[in-house]
Amino acid sequence: MKSFLDSRFKTGEGGVVLTTAEDLLNWARLNSLWPMGFGLACCAIEMMQTYASSYDLERFGIFPRPSPRQSDVMIVAGTVTFKMADRIRRLYEQMPEPRYVISMGSCSNCGGPYWEHGYHVVKGVDRIIPVDVYVPGCPPRPEALIGAILKLQEKIRNESVIEPVAAKQLLERLESAS
Amino acid sequence: MTLPEIHALLAAEFGPDVIREEEATGLMPYLVIGTSRIADVCRFLHDHPKTYFDSLSCLTGIDNGPAAQTFEVVYNLYSIPYEAPLCLKVRVSREENTEIPSVSSVWKTADWHEREAFDLFGIRFSGHPDLRRILLPEDWEGHPLRKDYDEQERYHGIQVRY
Repeated sequence: MKSFLDSRFKTGEGGVVLTTAEDLLNWARLNSLWPMGFGLACCAIEMMQTYASSYDLERFGIFPRPSPRQSDVMIVAGTVTFKMADRIRRLYEQMPEPRYVISMGSCSNCGGPYWEHGYHVVKGVDRIIPVDVYVPGCPPRPEALIGAILKLQEKIRNESVIEPVAAKQLLERLESAS
Repeated sequence: MTLPEIHALLAAEFGPDVIREEEATGLMPYLVIGTSRIADVCRFLHDHPKTYFDSLSCLTGIDNGPAAQTFEVVYNLYSIPYEAPLCLKVRVSREENTEIPSVSSVWKTADWHEREAFDLFGIRFSGHPDLRRILLPEDWEGHPLRKDYDEQERYHGIQVRY
């Protein structure tokens, strides 16, 4: 009689799945978005809660990494001060490509409540690094962050390996200039 | 000890000139101490068995503005065994080179409080072991809690204003 494991997991009887390299790459990327494990302010509390059991980001293949070298996405969760800006820029540069950025909360989007008198706050993290998805809120609820991740997955799903958007835009600009 | 008793104690030890002003009414009565003697006065109040102000609850700065041309530093002392608070102040000119004797040798906690006052007001403390900025980056320009502060145009290439 076969053991339990043998009966569940058959070997040598696999089928074949046909796909394009592009779809395969996009599928792999969007289903294992590893964010960099860091938070800046109160938004980080909501982010941690989203990682934890009630909202369970691991069901999307998302779990935080302790190093930018292993990360795919940076969730900028909180107020970006000028003192932190240099560090964020460096961490972003240390992430391998393709890399994505989610700007979480009003502070990170545009300076939030510090927009006028916050001499120490960068008025939007997009002034230092490119942002893919903005999440409004102060702080956004976990559902909103999950929404942003789904939005980012949608963006990755439509990406093309052979025709990167940035290169295309650059070519278009060069063409229109000449 | 009450404020008049502390006043008398300090006057007897340091001479009547050490107390420049006394505000006995209001929510927070205070004594204004001669700037050059503040560290000695704090050491005395810390060590004296009748006062024993063993805790510095807070040390902070005030900018009275370009018109008044003065800074104030406020010392909130607390005596844990006597359960008594005391507020001391010093008043100095707003000019760049004025210094206040550091009380970080009396209370260790004053170290970072004085660094904060230096960071945000530009008040200098003589005898401080490590007077650097504590909150803002090392290369920040100006002291933001001054009344006439204007933020810089750019910091490391990033526009500062909205």
